[in-house]
Amino acid sequence: MTEKKIINESGIEVKELYTADDVEASGGTDMVGLPGQYPFTRGIHREMYRKRPWTMRQYTGFANAKDTNERFHYLIDNGQTGLNVAFDLPTQTGLDTDDPRAEGEVGRVGMAVDTLRDFEIAFDGIDLEKITVSLTINGSAAILIAMYLAMAEKRGYDVAKLRGTAQNDILKEFIGRGTWIFPVEPSIKLVGDTIEYCAKYAPKYSPVSVCGYHIRESGATPEQEMAYAFCIAKAYADDMLKRGLHIDEFAGRLSYNFNIFGNIFEQVAKFRAGRGLWAKIIKEDYGAENPKSMWLRMIAAGGGGGLTIEQPENNIVRGAYYALISALSGTQTMALCCYDEAYTIPSEYAQRISLRTMQMLIEEMGLCETVDPLAGSYYVETMTNEMRKKMEQTMAEVEAEGGIVKMVSEGSIQAKVSAQAYEMQKNIQSGAFPKVGVNCYQTEEEEKEVEFHDYNIHDAEQQIENLNAVKAERDQAEVDRTLTQVKRDAEAGNNVMPAIVDAVKAYATVGEITKKLVEVYGMYQEPIRF
Amino acid sequence: MNENKIRVLVGKPGLDGHDQGAKVVVRALMDAGFEVIYTGLRKTPREIAEAASNENVDVIGLSSMAGSHIPFCQKLKPLLKEYDLEDKLWIIGGNVPKKDHEALQEIGIDAVFPTGSNFEDIIDYIKNRYRQLA
Repeated sequence: MTEKKIINESGIEVKELYTADDVEASGGTDMVGLPGQYPFTRGIHREMYRKRPWTMRQYTGFANAKDTNERFHYLIDNGQTGLNVAFDLPTQTGLDTDDPRAEGEVGRVGMAVDTLRDFEIAFDGIDLEKITVSLTINGSAAILIAMYLAMAEKRGYDVAKLRGTAQNDILKEFIGRGTWIFPVEPSIKLVGDTIEYCAKYAPKYSPVSVCGYHIRESGATPEQEMAYAFCIAKAYADDMLKRGLHIDEFAGRLSYNFNIFGNIFEQVAKFRAGRGLWAKIIKEDYGAENPKSMWLRMIAAGGGGGLTIEQPENNIVRGAYYALISALSGTQTMALCCYDEAYTIPSEYAQRISLRTMQMLIEEMGLCETVDPLAGSYYVETMTNEMRKKMEQTMAEVEAEGGIVKMVSEGSIQAKVSAQAYEMQKNIQSGAFPKVGVNCYQTEEEEKEVEFHDYNIHDAEQQIENLNAVKAERDQAEVDRTLTQVKRDAEAGNNVMPAIVDAVKAYATVGEITKKLVEVYGMYQEPIRF
Repeated sequence: MNENKIRVLVGKPGLDGHDQGAKVVVRALMDAGFEVIYTGLRKTPREIAEAASNENVDVIGLSSMAGSHIPFCQKLKPLLKEYDLEDKLWIIGGNVPKKDHEALQEIGIDAVFPTGSNFEDIIDYIKNRYRQLA
């Protein structure tokens, strides 16, 4: 009898037993090294969590700046150490609250932002040196980064020392998540403008967090998640080199956002392999000399794709395992999708459970006591080698097809991951891919009563009133002047960030600035391919 | 082209960009032999109605993941009348909680297929209802 082969999601066969011979046969231990040293497979810092545990950064934001500010304070009071801001879809797609296309969407999936005033309210009373802020924003990221820097400056912080992150990874938005605005080429140019601007004026700020996360949610395998993210990061890096910057001037501020669901060991190997591979790429292909440029800094987040609408309490347990994987993987920052998130914007209660889950690992379970505890496991080291090879192979395939930018523009990568998502969904429906509570161990029960986040139409009306009040107060001549400058710089191909910073300081709106850019760049047209 | 194929529009209403589910359903319906027209992201109610009319579809399917399904459907309803699409089958899928199903049915939606629905159920429903309507 031949036994059934076990193949993980990344397409690697899992053996019954691993020994030192397997480690050797898969490439040996050359890439293992020590934490804090090239190639950083074991972690980017020598002491890792002994010095400081991971940052806990739950994704939060809803309704308006005032409500969101209250939730921020709640989370900080409960021990959260960073903020991860969710914006509503009008903000994410460059529309003002009073735009007809925003009707019914204002404040629904995140906080509504029209002007700098909203940022002033949202971060009121929050110490921006102690609490680092991550902005989950992409299509309109240039504008929101400008707002964040302007808000901090107004509060008296030295922008040159300000830390924080923006997601600002537009290429993955074309693959999954979908909050693009401009066509592919000018979108990449805008990302480049933010990197270049921050390298000069806000060198501690991380202007981009390249997201494998959403590509994985869209149907990519774990190894593709990393490989495609690296291809995307390389596209941004190449744009910087074309502008005449040296790799060491910006690579240290690129960060990553990855997903966690699925096989524990495959995930841990994925992150260890990814760290080594990224360091190698930046050192060998880009000639970086500063070790910090080679660091794969990341948020590893317990992914929504793994959670289920069935038996939602099970998601609390899944979240705990995802947090464990994240800790074993040596992440810098952790976030967990909440157990109720398949239904609604998480309640305070659900957010607190996620936070406590991470705190238990730190305080009770010994996850911060030693660095890279799974190193040396024959299985994990072999899988790390195998995963790295897979990623290299996938990156080579992307190159052979003309590169990630071309594939995104044509829609071929979107078609590929979506075909995989379809296959996975069929496997879940047939039971071939087991999912507890979904296709096995189901229980007959009524839809669970979860506490729904109530959408309040009055919040939207209030937000429009606030916007009108700001418009009535601001110096319209200054708004017009700065908006004209944004358009001029866009037309001339200059870096538009200085003009956008001036415009947000004049309280120009997200929609007004976006409109100027659309006049020059146009709108993205989605390639529909199946 | 097969004249007898059931024509289905799969639309992404509003600003939500989560299209994994919509695209997966498009593939399932194509495999089931339907003629499927996918609108792409960020469609207004009028764009959905126009597309349904231009493509002469039998079924209008919407995929909503970000909670704005009720206001969107309220706006789409008068347009279905304007474009003479009231006799078409109108279904919605995605992150649509049970507490909203009744309100959607009152607006005129024929069926809701929330997250986790089986392809087979969607396909069978369309086939059966299409036969009844034909």
